[in-house]
Amino acid sequence: MNIITNPKKLRGFEQFIKVKVENVSRRSILKGLGIAGGFVLAAPVMSRPAFAAYKTGADKMPHATVVDPRVFVAIAPDGIVTIVAHRAEMGTGVRTSLPLIVAEEMEADWSRVKVTQAHGDEVKFGNQDTDGSRSTRHYLMPMRQIGASARTMLEAAAAKRWGVPVTEVKATNHEVVHAASGRHLGFGDLAADAAKEAVPSLEGLKLKDPKDFRYLGKGQIGIVDLHDITTGKAHYGSDTRLPGMKYAVIARPPVTGGKLVSFDGSDAMKVSGVEKVMEVQGWPWPSKFQPLGGVAVIARNTGAAIKGRDALKIVWDDGANGKYESVAYRAELEAAARKPGLVVRKEGDVDAALKTADKVIVGEYYLPHLAHVSMEPPVAVADVRDGKAEIWAPVQSAGGTREDVAKTLGIPEDKVTVNVTLLGGGFGRKSKCDFALEAALLSKALGAPVKVQWTREDDVRHDFLHTVSAERIEAGLDKNGKVIAWRHRSVAPSIASTFAANTVHQAAFELGMGLIDMPFEIANIQCENPEAAAHTRIGWFRSVSNIPRAFAVQSMVGELAHATNRDQKDMLLELIGSPRIVSLASVKDPWNYGEPYESYPIDTARLRKVVELVADKGGWGRSVPKGGGLGIAVHRSFVSYIATIVEVAVDAKGKLTVPRVDTAIDCGTYVNPERIESQIEGAAIMGLSLAKYGEITFKDGKVLQGNFDSYPVIRMDESPLVTNVYIVPPGPDTPPSGVGEPGVPPFAPALINAIFAATGKRIRSLPIGKQLEA
Amino acid sequence: MIKMKINGEERTWDGDPDLPLLWFLRDEAGLMGTKYGCGEALCGSCTVIVDKQAVRACITSVSDVVGREVTTIEGLHPTGDHAVQKAWRQVNVPQCGYCQAGQIMQAAALLMDNPKPNHDQIVEAMSGNICRCGAYQRIENAVRLASTGV
Repeated sequence: MNIITNPKKLRGFEQFIKVKVENVSRRSILKGLGIAGGFVLAAPVMSRPAFAAYKTGADKMPHATVVDPRVFVAIAPDGIVTIVAHRAEMGTGVRTSLPLIVAEEMEADWSRVKVTQAHGDEVKFGNQDTDGSRSTRHYLMPMRQIGASARTMLEAAAAKRWGVPVTEVKATNHEVVHAASGRHLGFGDLAADAAKEAVPSLEGLKLKDPKDFRYLGKGQIGIVDLHDITTGKAHYGSDTRLPGMKYAVIARPPVTGGKLVSFDGSDAMKVSGVEKVMEVQGWPWPSKFQPLGGVAVIARNTGAAIKGRDALKIVWDDGANGKYESVAYRAELEAAARKPGLVVRKEGDVDAALKTADKVIVGEYYLPHLAHVSMEPPVAVADVRDGKAEIWAPVQSAGGTREDVAKTLGIPEDKVTVNVTLLGGGFGRKSKCDFALEAALLSKALGAPVKVQWTREDDVRHDFLHTVSAERIEAGLDKNGKVIAWRHRSVAPSIASTFAANTVHQAAFELGMGLIDMPFEIANIQCENPEAAAHTRIGWFRSVSNIPRAFAVQSMVGELAHATNRDQKDMLLELIGSPRIVSLASVKDPWNYGEPYESYPIDTARLRKVVELVADKGGWGRSVPKGGGLGIAVHRSFVSYIATIVEVAVDAKGKLTVPRVDTAIDCGTYVNPERIESQIEGAAIMGLSLAKYGEITFKDGKVLQGNFDSYPVIRMDESPLVTNVYIVPPGPDTPPSGVGEPGVPPFAPALINAIFAATGKRIRSLPIGKQLEA
Repeated sequence: MIKMKINGEERTWDGDPDLPLLWFLRDEAGLMGTKYGCGEALCGSCTVIVDKQAVRACITSVSDVVGREVTTIEGLHPTGDHAVQKAWRQVNVPQCGYCQAGQIMQAAALLMDNPKPNHDQIVEAMSGNICRCGAYQRIENAVRLASTGV
């Protein structure tokens, strides 16, 4: 058995298989801050964990958190406050919202704040892995503490200057005021003195009363890159140009784990602008985040490199995955789902209960591989010379990229600089830095800066794909229509297979995404995970295993409602059951998104609330035009609670449209409701894309799709016309939870339940494709 | 030697005349606002305006624009205050923002041709431009706002 029980991490993942990670020992003495301004400290300081009313999993992440104003804040003599964004911006708005939290607490005026992007350095900044919908969840409190510490130091400096007790001064809107004497000093005037103040202890630190917030929870602040994005000045991964830079594209083995046998680059060399054809080192399968290898064409511009690559003649050895074929693999997964598998949750006696059940409903669901297709395909620039490496890349994991570049080039980490650009979408793909490693290897070989550009076809054919899965649920009903038994078998190749050979079971972090954490109040529950081997690179895709699990569970709710002639929403609420904290006592490792259960339990009161809220606001039960229908689904993921109602219209020819979507989200305490809305609007589009079209298939080990013609995504003409978002106001001290990913999982089952309501057709296999035609 | 005008400036190219305009703009002329997304005119990220028409720079070769006026996102407005750009900011359209230069150029071309497009006309003009983040409703709202005055 090969179950990975440690919750965490992609990178350094191999270590987690062998040893328990030691976070504390990886912390070390920090160096002084390099950015300009008066608030700069030369003395070394220690990193500290956040002290908070609630605990999060932040301190279990590699390098944990650093809560120090001298690392994150600089104040220039002219008063301009520079705040470090240490997480990657891929469209969630985090590059704005985390600095905004600091500005809020330190009483900085946002119009006099500049945001600067941290390079990859987790010793200095704390964990930088921008994934798992974790940024606000893990950093709301640390950022507040950083801001409050800076404010406290500014106030102390002002009080000393005036010779008054610190209790008589107050920071407000970019200055410190002594009300009794009417004196005031701007932040810029105080910066140098404030930097000499001791950093206050977190335990005694006074945070602002939320009722005094100017920015947090308000949503009136646009993202910091808005102007640059609309004028073409925003800097993405592909936008770095260095003097003497070469442009490269790479022909990679068409089958994962395949190898280069031989190549002939003579025709490629004849293409105008092509300068060199060379082999790129590849790593054996499973290759983790290392490059796949292949043949690179180096040219004076990207167009020439692409044309040169088209002229290559290459012989490949396809290797062990050359027989991967999607139709046969689907049959394997479905057969496995019909047989007992590894039991990963067990309450009561499912076998006995199913035997005595008055009726058993079986739902078999299938969801194929998905590709991320962020609008910016993978791309990176590297300049490796004189034993040093500098990288410019759109990476979600700046610190991990730095570690991997150092390891791959065999140089110390302190010789590697990773500059994080904006990401033109990420969705999990850019957590894996293989493209940056390719650029580093090529630059080292050429002794010149190199940009490696992936084409769209490269992106689709060499992705770390979303898994493919068969989900089978058997639900037993008693004679009153009450569900008394629930068996869910989930079969899918694991992400762990990308790191460890012969992986056949899901890791704890995958089992914990909608399988073992299923919240229904049913007496007999059994979750099983039959074996599945991977034949391609599997990776994180926005919301990950929650996609197939929410699809299966919430589709089954619709099926049960139909079987017992009940309203979908009523059936859903009955299954959720009483308001309570769900016990996962029978689960060996509940994972819980890496969060402590006491701070982030499965709270069915919150789950019920989003269902009731969306039903109320979205007009559940309203009449819709002929051919229309409403569907509902709810899912807890990334410790947030989300319910969605989808309205569909299906015409006589089976053409599907989505006139309206309503979504309620409870993500605890939040920072920028305007960006929550945009994430949920986008999640509906991504959910519709995967439900309608999303499918990557293999034949002879090769991906059959290549571009947006064979792998379509939703365009404006198929977009929902209206998406309404309702955000549950947080209770006092409700811990923040995820936003970027959790909007996706409930969409597809709500859509499919709506299609059933409209047509009586139950879609159990995605994508919908032509299933509604005729 | 190929001569063309980009954002009002004369440019020359003596390399491969079939080089896609996209790569000339980005790699040779250093105009990085125009983005690569698909290379096959399927996504619209590379949309530029050539003589008042939106075209996909990824399938337009340098020789196709000889003697023509090419406008990229950098040349749309000197201070970035074209009605479409202002509307985009007012509606907070972008998420990751990568496709937005292409979306903005497409919308600007639409409004040149049809200053008051209705819903169907906006959808028809904008459906060639993919936004993987899914900002479509805001894009439509921003086009409408730009058409009614920002």
